[in-house]
Amino acid sequence: MSIAERTAARPVLRPWGLVGAAALCWAGLYVANEWVWDRLVFDVAGLEGRLGSAVHFFLYDTGKIVLLLTAVVFAAAVLRTFVSPERTRALLGGRRVGLGNLAAAGLGVATPFCSCSAVPLFIGFVSAGVPLGITMSFLIASPMVNEVAVVLLWGSFGWRVAVAYMGFGLVIAVVAGFVIGRLGLERWVEPWVLEVKAVSALKSARPSWAERFATGRGEVRTILGKVWPFLVAAIAVGAAIHGWVPEDFFVRYAGPSNPFAVPIAVVLGIPLYSNAAGVIPLIEALYDKGLALGTVLAFTMAVVALSLPEMILLRRVLRPRLLAVFIAVVGVGIVAVGYLFNAIF
Amino acid sequence: MQIKVLGPGCANCQTLKSLVKDAVQTLGIDATVEEVTDYAAIASYGVMRTPALVIDGTVFLSGRVPNRDEVRRIIEGLGR
Repeated sequence: MSIAERTAARPVLRPWGLVGAAALCWAGLYVANEWVWDRLVFDVAGLEGRLGSAVHFFLYDTGKIVLLLTAVVFAAAVLRTFVSPERTRALLGGRRVGLGNLAAAGLGVATPFCSCSAVPLFIGFVSAGVPLGITMSFLIASPMVNEVAVVLLWGSFGWRVAVAYMGFGLVIAVVAGFVIGRLGLERWVEPWVLEVKAVSALKSARPSWAERFATGRGEVRTILGKVWPFLVAAIAVGAAIHGWVPEDFFVRYAGPSNPFAVPIAVVLGIPLYSNAAGVIPLIEALYDKGLALGTVLAFTMAVVALSLPEMILLRRVLRPRLLAVFIAVVGVGIVAVGYLFNAIF
Repeated sequence: MQIKVLGPGCANCQTLKSLVKDAVQTLGIDATVEEVTDYAAIASYGVMRTPALVIDGTVFLSGRVPNRDEVRRIIEGLGR
């Protein structure tokens, strides 16, 4: 019996074999990344000084980030096939405020969604009787503490910063949801939302491992296809900053000595729309130039958690006053975390 | 057959819609393909992640864009 026949006879094992082989290739590329660019940029092309360091930064960082993203997005998408918003909603239905906010924030991390699903999720949760504050904890945690952000932070700043970002992101989601719940703002939800009668008619079967892996592959293609322009632009700007901006330029305007650096970073970050992949290479370069860590992380949180397009979408279900409260509560939380970070690190 | 693609008009929803239209055409099935963009209508199907595919009132897919073969299989299986 040939190998092909034997593997075909065991269809359950074949997807695992492919994933294993891909993982080995990945590890090889990851290890080779720095070595290859060291040789090519400095030895073969003979680039030196600012240009050399900028070009090296760009190529090395692009390689590293694309590899990290591929692995993490794949793993997260496969894990995600085990979690559905329907199950999450059922878990949150009878929860009390407080503990419920914590559960919602945790589940928000495990149930990522694209920003165009924020409104259907909101309606689905609220119309099924999940309290407003708990729904908000979910909606805040999900975009802010996502796998892309955590892994990129790990790659750029080390695991301590990644874990701290995750922890503080969860705290913001829990506290902001708790505050919004306590304020009793249900009357500022657009009234038609509460009248939606949903019949769940989803026909779903337990997916096989091959299907879960196929979902992972599809997700890698979709996400990389979507983020690469942001990513390349951010790394290019980062490389330019790395090579040419004088060491003390940012420190003079937004360094640790400027007490307003954090709120300014947050206000600048809110209207910007990007994802973690487009922000983190940029803040890595800014951090290298002496910006405080809390300042750049607050900027990241503001960009990913509070974006203008998402606010415009949420306006469909939230009255302007509730939307304003939402932005204010989350914004204040991010500023507080920024100061705290600057104090700790 | 009545096919509905649920979604607020994002890129993924457009992709799903064109996949469905394509499948209907290749299979030569008599079906109407309609886009549902109203949030209240989307929510009334119990769908929380878009895009979603609804055929004759049943939700077959939600929250992801399937590949060409999968769409064809779903529609073909019902068309017989």
